[in-house]
Amino acid sequence: MERFSKLLERLILTPQRNGKIQLLVDYFAETPDPDRGFGVAAITGELEISSFKPAMLRTLVYQRVDEVLFDLSYDYVGDLAETVSLIWPGKHGANAPPALTDIVNGLQEVSRAEAPRLVEDWLDALDATGRWTLIKLVTGGFRIGVSSRLTKTALAKFGNVDVNEIEELWHSLDPPYTDLLTWLDGSAPKPAPDQTGAFRPVMLAHPLEEKDLDGILAETHMAEWKWDGIRVQAVSEGSVRRLYSRTGDDIGKAFPDVLANLNFEGVLDGELLVFAPDENGFVVQPFSELQKRLNRKNISKKLLETHPAFIRAYDALSLSGDDLRALPFEDRRRKLEAFMVGHDLQRVDLSPLVAFSSTDDLAAFRAAPPASEIEGLMIKKKSAPYVPGRPKGEWWKWKREPFVIDAVLMYAQRGHGKRSSFYSDYTFGVWTEDKILVPVGKAYFGFTDEELKQIDKFVRDHTTDRFGPVRQVKADTEIGLVLEVAFEGLNRSPRHKSGVAMRFPRISRLRWDKPPAEADHLETLEALLP
Amino acid sequence: MTKKRFQDLICPTPKGIYCPPGDFYIDPVSPVDRAVITHGHADHARAGHKAVLATPETIDIMATRYGETFTESRQSLALGETVTINGVCVSLAPAGHVLGSAQSILEYDGVRIVASGDYKRRPDPTCTPFEPISCDVFISEATFALPVFRHPDDRDEIEKLLKSVRQFPERTHLVGAYSLGKAQRVIRLIRNAGYDEAIYIHGAMKSLCALYERNGVDLGALESATLTNAAGEKQKFAGKIVVAPPSAFADKWARRFPDPVTCFASGWMGIRQRAKQRGVELPLVLSDHADWDELTTTIEEIGPQELWITHGRDDALSRWAELKGLTARPLSLIGYDDEGD
Repeated sequence: MERFSKLLERLILTPQRNGKIQLLVDYFAETPDPDRGFGVAAITGELEISSFKPAMLRTLVYQRVDEVLFDLSYDYVGDLAETVSLIWPGKHGANAPPALTDIVNGLQEVSRAEAPRLVEDWLDALDATGRWTLIKLVTGGFRIGVSSRLTKTALAKFGNVDVNEIEELWHSLDPPYTDLLTWLDGSAPKPAPDQTGAFRPVMLAHPLEEKDLDGILAETHMAEWKWDGIRVQAVSEGSVRRLYSRTGDDIGKAFPDVLANLNFEGVLDGELLVFAPDENGFVVQPFSELQKRLNRKNISKKLLETHPAFIRAYDALSLSGDDLRALPFEDRRRKLEAFMVGHDLQRVDLSPLVAFSSTDDLAAFRAAPPASEIEGLMIKKKSAPYVPGRPKGEWWKWKREPFVIDAVLMYAQRGHGKRSSFYSDYTFGVWTEDKILVPVGKAYFGFTDEELKQIDKFVRDHTTDRFGPVRQVKADTEIGLVLEVAFEGLNRSPRHKSGVAMRFPRISRLRWDKPPAEADHLETLEALLP
Repeated sequence: MTKKRFQDLICPTPKGIYCPPGDFYIDPVSPVDRAVITHGHADHARAGHKAVLATPETIDIMATRYGETFTESRQSLALGETVTINGVCVSLAPAGHVLGSAQSILEYDGVRIVASGDYKRRPDPTCTPFEPISCDVFISEATFALPVFRHPDDRDEIEKLLKSVRQFPERTHLVGAYSLGKAQRVIRLIRNAGYDEAIYIHGAMKSLCALYERNGVDLGALESATLTNAAGEKQKFAGKIVVAPPSAFADKWARRFPDPVTCFASGWMGIRQRAKQRGVELPLVLSDHADWDELTTTIEEIGPQELWITHGRDDALSRWAELKGLTARPLSLIGYDDEGD
């Protein structure tokens, strides 16, 4: 448990991907089984631990600590788990600290009524970091910024194997993954893969550039709309039904309506979208509506009714037990079409092909797609087999031009790691009717290293106020830095003062030449709202 | 003994704690005629007083920081010695905070008051340990007076740093530490853990490190964290430990290090959110102030008739005193800032 706690503590504060991977690899190397496997499960969210309500925690701590002192402390710290872990008075004669395995097994064995007693004993035995980890484990509040894909990448590095090998095995294994880990450290043979219900590593597209257009012909390629949802893989094999994100995270829990309707045998690749419940057919709703259903533990009945989801299928990786991945796209597509005709699926439809005779047609479609929920075009080579990763020249995505506005830099925050001495995270705003700047977004990339130095200098020379790592920058009608910001779309957002929130904003150009008074107005943005 | 009489001997004023019969201040925040200084940190030891009384080390620190003209007249008082100022007996006892730090003991008309200054109880290889002095009134600091502040064992914190240096041999470990006391303690603790490579230091802490060494604290091989224009110079700091005041991190100064792991040695780092806010990647919970347990056990051990609280979280410490049936009085002094710790 001590190693796991220390690992978590560092992961939370390590911003870089490579740093996180290194920390994980070292943890796998120095931690024995089965603890390290339970650690993996805890990080990837696959640990089933009976829940322990925060209220029970308060009851426990009030038995030990004066309420006034606790409340003063909680007020200062701001996080219940952290306050309890720090304030918990150690007790002499406590038992040896539990291993992670003891905690997982212990909570599975005891009844709900006995759980608090057990947790109390462990709180006595652990140090503050261990207590914090324990509380996060039992209350289910892990937020450490490590995806399951990143964990698998670290496992692959630890075992010096390809990450796809791990993906293929993953879903036939259960915590504490001893077979996997002993294979990776070289002390046991590779476990036999069981494909049933497994995630198939996905094939990805390259962004299309002007120079790539020459190779695209109506005879050799097919085109489809690129819908603005999230990529999913729907697996229905035997009694197993799963919905995976493109990184292999199981997101089925958030989409019981889709899962319940996977009444077929096979693996489909498609776009997960939300449709309007009152309209006929699947009228696709903006991404912001889909977002309301993402990352939720429990989906309310109401949300299922107002925000029903479906899959727009564009590929079939397996049908009736036949692995189709080695076939050319054209053949897979034909099989998918036949499959769709032969099945009555309530929450799946077929992504229609976009007929074209030349790339000029494609350019015209891209410039004026028939729905605002379309992000652009997907162009796929007819002969391409389904290959994991991003093979060159097989699939292309041709997104429509981003939206662009001119905004004024308002605040800058210092970055992390390499950028810790640079003001590299920028909050920018546009003008309201009353000539007041209101923040509309935040971006931290899109500029070159040279431009970063220039902006940093501007920030340091024009600071008007400081709040911790954040500097407020001079921004009035005459003095200020205008940033050209590119973004993919706009949502309404009651959480932002401006009422709007950008998707995927980045700095596309520095407009040193432009006076701030000439930056865009909020109404320009509001006109772009769906 | 009435409360009135305690306050006749010592009372809070906007300039700091004042002793009317002795006509002197303890750690005044603005220039006065006569000051007793508990230790060399800038918020306690300011330049410009007419006369200063302090330990020889603290006098040395003030002269190093402010120049020889920091006061018109100075008087060194070794630990355990006594002087009389206008009839008030003043002596100093070790506080264990930083080199030269001392509690001020005032005795007058049968009353003894101890002003702790800043202090800690755990062992520190760079200064003399705190000595509890029985007294009528104990004037305590309260920087970390919340029961969530329980500083861990300093050896474990240093081990976190050294482990990270082994894990990330291509990166520089940039350790933020207050220039007086914390920096030298961190370096000494790193040495105690068996690390004997050169440690690189920021220019601002050079003279204070030299001062510690003059006073018998061996810091091992120290080098300047400076670069020449020679090729490959930037890689010089890969895998090394650099110690600098935390304020230098936001400076352009920090750009010379390849992909640094930012560490911060401070008692505040016990709270994750504080580490996160500051962009600290590796927090080292090392404080030169007493934590909650040290504060409460010290007060219980001394057993004063009254507890007066200078700066910090007086609300929580007053509540604790109330539960113990001890009279507590927050002095609500302003001008003392321990954010750097």
